[in-house]
Amino acid sequence: MTVKHVDRRTTWAGQWWRHAILILVTCAALYPVLWVVKMALTPGDSFDLSANPLPSQVSFENFTDLVGSTDMQGRKLFWYWVRNSVIVSLATTVVGIVLSCSAAYAFSRFTFPGKKAGMGALLVTQMFPGVVMAIPLYILMDAAGLLNSLTGLTLCYATTAIPFCVWMLKGYFDTIPKELEEAAIMDGASRWMIFTRIVLPLSRPAIAVTALFSFMTAWNEFILAATFMADETSYTLPVALQRYVGDYSTQWGAFAAGAILVSVPVMALFFALQKNLVEGLTAGGVKG
Amino acid sequence: MPVRLPIASYLAALCIATACVGGPALAAADEPDPSRVLLWHSYRGGEREALEQVVRRLHAANSDVTVDLLAVPNEAFRQRLTAAIPRGNGPDLFIAPHESVGEWSRNHLLEAMPYPADLPEAAFLASSRDALTFDGQLWAVPLSFKSLALFINRGLVKQTPGTVEELVALGRAAGEVPLAYEAGNFYHHAAVMHAFGVRLFGEDGSIQIDTAEMADSLAFAGRLVGDGSVPPESDGALVSNLFNSGTAPFVINGPWFLGEIRDEIDFAVEPLPTVAATGQPLQPFLTVEALYLAAQRRASTEAVHAVVRAIAGLEGSLLRARVGRQTVPLIAAGADPVIADDPVLSAFVAQGAQAVATPNRPEMGAIWEPMNRALRRALRGSDARKAVVEAQQEVSFYLRPPPEEAAPGPYLALLGLLLLGATGWSLRSLKRNEVVSRLPSAIPAYLYLLPAALGMTLVVFLPFLAGAAVSLFAHVGGEFTFVGLRNFGRILSSSEYGVTHPLSFWFTLVVTVAWTLANVVLHVSIGLGLALLLRDPWMKLKGVYRVLLIVPWAVPNYITALIWKGMFNRQFGAVNAFLDLFGVEPISWFSNFFTSFAANVATNTWLGFPFMMVVTLGALQAIPRDLIEAAEVDGANAWQRFRHVTLPLLKPALLPAVILGSVWTFNMFNIIYLVSAGEPDGSTEILISEAYKWAFTRQAQYGYASAYALLIFGILWLWGLLTQRVTGAEA
Repeated sequence: MTVKHVDRRTTWAGQWWRHAILILVTCAALYPVLWVVKMALTPGDSFDLSANPLPSQVSFENFTDLVGSTDMQGRKLFWYWVRNSVIVSLATTVVGIVLSCSAAYAFSRFTFPGKKAGMGALLVTQMFPGVVMAIPLYILMDAAGLLNSLTGLTLCYATTAIPFCVWMLKGYFDTIPKELEEAAIMDGASRWMIFTRIVLPLSRPAIAVTALFSFMTAWNEFILAATFMADETSYTLPVALQRYVGDYSTQWGAFAAGAILVSVPVMALFFALQKNLVEGLTAGGVKG
Repeated sequence: MPVRLPIASYLAALCIATACVGGPALAAADEPDPSRVLLWHSYRGGEREALEQVVRRLHAANSDVTVDLLAVPNEAFRQRLTAAIPRGNGPDLFIAPHESVGEWSRNHLLEAMPYPADLPEAAFLASSRDALTFDGQLWAVPLSFKSLALFINRGLVKQTPGTVEELVALGRAAGEVPLAYEAGNFYHHAAVMHAFGVRLFGEDGSIQIDTAEMADSLAFAGRLVGDGSVPPESDGALVSNLFNSGTAPFVINGPWFLGEIRDEIDFAVEPLPTVAATGQPLQPFLTVEALYLAAQRRASTEAVHAVVRAIAGLEGSLLRARVGRQTVPLIAAGADPVIADDPVLSAFVAQGAQAVATPNRPEMGAIWEPMNRALRRALRGSDARKAVVEAQQEVSFYLRPPPEEAAPGPYLALLGLLLLGATGWSLRSLKRNEVVSRLPSAIPAYLYLLPAALGMTLVVFLPFLAGAAVSLFAHVGGEFTFVGLRNFGRILSSSEYGVTHPLSFWFTLVVTVAWTLANVVLHVSIGLGLALLLRDPWMKLKGVYRVLLIVPWAVPNYITALIWKGMFNRQFGAVNAFLDLFGVEPISWFSNFFTSFAANVATNTWLGFPFMMVVTLGALQAIPRDLIEAAEVDGANAWQRFRHVTLPLLKPALLPAVILGSVWTFNMFNIIYLVSAGEPDGSTEILISEAYKWAFTRQAQYGYASAYALLIFGILWLWGLLTQRVTGAEA
C-alpha cells in the first residue's frame, strides 16, 4: 500500500456530524441574542411577533435615544455614564487584581494558621444572600463617607469579585513549579521579587480571567449604583439603562439598544482574551 | 526588606486607583442650603421633559430657589427612599404614586405637606386628595392621576361599544384578537372586579377577598380568556404589539401606552364599557402621582412652596398636561382648552371620575401577590371560588401578627456562653497547633492577605453580620422588636401551611435543590460535550464556534432572561412555534409546575453552559495527548477512553467549578424572578426569591426575610463542608 493514510477525522467529511451538532447549538445560543438585536433595531416598540429573529425594518432611533440623553444643563449624560462606567470598572479591575493576586499567592505559597479557614471563608461569602446585606451596606458606606463616590462603588465591586478571583488564581499559582522559586531564593531573591518577577508574569492567562471577571462585575451592576449615587452625571451605564423599565411599562427597543451598547465592550474583551480565558480557567484544581 | 515592599506597593496601587476614581467623587452636601430643593423622580420621556421645563421656568422667574432633579430608576426607587431618608441622605421632595402613602407615613419617611395659602387643598379634585389621605392626614400634593381606559383602533372599528359583550362582538368581527389587556395582572383585573361591586377593604379595614362577587369577577375574566376573546398570557409588550399590528382592535391600557402606539395608527381613547351582567361600568384602579415632602428635609418651607406652586399650580399643570400628556387634578386646569379640547386627555379625565383609587393602606402590599395568583388560577380554568378562598388565606398569612416579643436575657446569656466556648476552643486549638510559635513566620503571609481581608471584612462580613442579626427581630411598620429565634421557628415548623404547600419552606427547599441539581447537571454535560467536540486540534472552524458559543455569557442576563420569557409565551413564543413544526400542540409553559420549571432551567442552562465549556476546554488542554493516544493504541474505544482516561483527569479541574456553580445557581434570583416569576401558584420559587419577597413585597418583614436568608446560608455551608470532605478525601 503506497496510498498515504489520511485520518478521516481531519476532513470535512469525517467530522460533518460534529459540525451538525455545533451549528445547531450555536443557533440556539445566538437566537435570543438576535432577538435583542431585532428589538434594538426596530423603531419604537413595534417589532413583529414571529419566530423570525431578523428585523423587518432597521433604524438606529433607539440607540440615539440613549446616546443623546441630556440633563437640564444640557450636559451629554451618555458620555458621563460611559466615563463613570469605564472608571469604576477599570479601577475595580486594578484593585481586584492587586488584592486577589496577593491573597492568592499567600494561600498558594505559605503555610500559616488559619489558611484552611481562610479559603473556606472565601467560598462562604459566595453563599451570602444579598437580600440581608443591602441596607447594612448602605449604612456602612454612609458612615464611611463613601456614598456618592466612585471609590465606594469600586470598593464594593472589587470585594464582590475577590473570592472567585482568589480561588482561581490560587489554583493557577499551584500549577507553577515551586522549583523555579527555590532556585531564585538561592540566588538571593526576596519573596516579593519572586512574586512580582516570576509568579505574576507566568500567570498571565489567569490574571486575564480575573481581570475580565472583575470588570464584568462592575460593568453590569446597577442596584448599588442606583442607590448610592446622588447625581445623574455620576450614574453608570446600567443605571441609565434601567430607566427604561418603568412601573407600568418597559420601553423595549431602547432597553435592548442599551443592553447592546453595554455588552459590546464586554464581548470585545471576551474575544480579545479568549485564548487566555481557556488557559486561565484551567486553574481550578489541576495541580501540576 | 521583603516585608515593607508589598505594603508600599499596595498603598501606591490603591492611591492610584483611588485618585482616578476620587476625581469625580462629589463633595458631600456639607452645609445645608435651605434655598436648594432636591427632587427625586422616576419620570422619563415626555413627563421628564415637562418636569424639566417647569423647573426651568421656576429658575427663570425666581432666582432664590434652585431645584436639583434626580431621576432614580423605578427598580431602585423605593429601596433608595427607605435607605436614604432615615439617614438624612434623602431628597427634600419626591414624586411617587399614592399607594405607599400609608406605609411611608407609618415608617416616618414623610412630613405632611403644608399647602401654600394661594394653592389650598380645595384647588384639587377631592378624589385625588382622598387617595393621599391616611390616618386623617393629607400627606402630599396630587400632580396627576392615571388609570386604564379603552384604546380603539379607528381604522378597524368605528363604533364605541357600550358593554364588554358588545366590544367582544365588534372585536371579533374586526380582528384576530378581539380585546387585548394584561388579563393575568391584578392591577388590570381590578376594573372588572369593581364592576362586580367588590371593594377590597370594608369600612372597618377588614380585607374582603373571599366573596362571591370576587369569585364572579374572576370567573368572568376566566370566560373572556377561555372563549378566546382575550389572550391568556399577555404583558405590556405583547399588548402593544397586538394593537400596533392591527391584530387587536381594542386594548385596555393606561396613558403610558400613548407613547407606544405607532404614528400611522388612527386611534381613539374612550372610557371603559359596562359589564352587562351587573350593569356596572368597568372601573379601573386610580393611581395618583403626588409630590411628597420627605422627613429630614433640608430645604425651607418657602422654597418648598415655591416648587409646589411651580409644579402643581395652573401654569405648571397645563405644561405637564401639554408636554407630559398628564391628566392633572388641579380643578382650575380642567376647563382650559389644553385639556378640554384634547380628546385623549379628556377621555382620561372622564375615566378618572369613574375609577376607584388603589387603597393606600399598608395592608394593600400583602394583597397583590395572592390576588395575582388567584387571578391566574382562574384564567387557567380552575374554580374561581376556591381561588378566592385561598387568596384570602394567603393574605392573612402575610399579615399574621409578628412573633411575640422575647426577653433578650436568655439569648444574651447564651451568646455569652457561646463566645466563651468559642474563645476557649480556639485557645485550645491555638495551643495544640503551636500557633503562637508559628505566628512570626506567618507574618509575611498575613501581610499578603491583609488588603483583601480588610476589604472583605468591611464590605462583606460586617454587613452580613448586621443583616444576620436582624433575623432575631420582627419588623412591623418601621419598628423592630426582639423575638429571638421565633422567626426561624415559624419558618421551619411551617405551621401555617403543610410542608407540601408551595408557600412552605420545605417545599421551596426541595424545588431549590432540584433546580440546582438540574442546572448543574445540564451545565456540566453540555459544557463538557461541547468542549470534547471542540478539543481536537484538527477540528475545523473551532475558533469561530468557540467565540460564538461564549456570547450568552457576555450579554447581561437581565435582558436575555426577559427574551426567554417571551420565547415561552403560549400564543406568540418561538418555542411553541418551533414545536409546532413537529406537530406538538401549543403548551402553556407557565401554567404547570413541570413546564414552568423546565422553562426556568432552559433559560439558566443557556446562560450557564459557556462558563463550564470554557473551564472544561482549559482542563482538557492540560491533559497530555499521548495518554489518550496510548489508550487508543491499547484498543480502548472512544467511550472507554473518555470514561477511564479523560474524565478522571478532568475531575480536579471540574470539581471547584461545579461547587462554585452550584452555589451560584442556588442563589440565582434573576432567572426565577424574570422568567417564571414563581408561576404557577408560587410553586417554582426558590429560597432566595422567597426571601426577597418577604423583604420587599410582603409588608417588609425584614426579620423573617433575614431568617430565610440565614437558613439558605446554613444549607450552603453544610453543602460546602460536604464537598470539602469529598474533595479533601480525594486530593
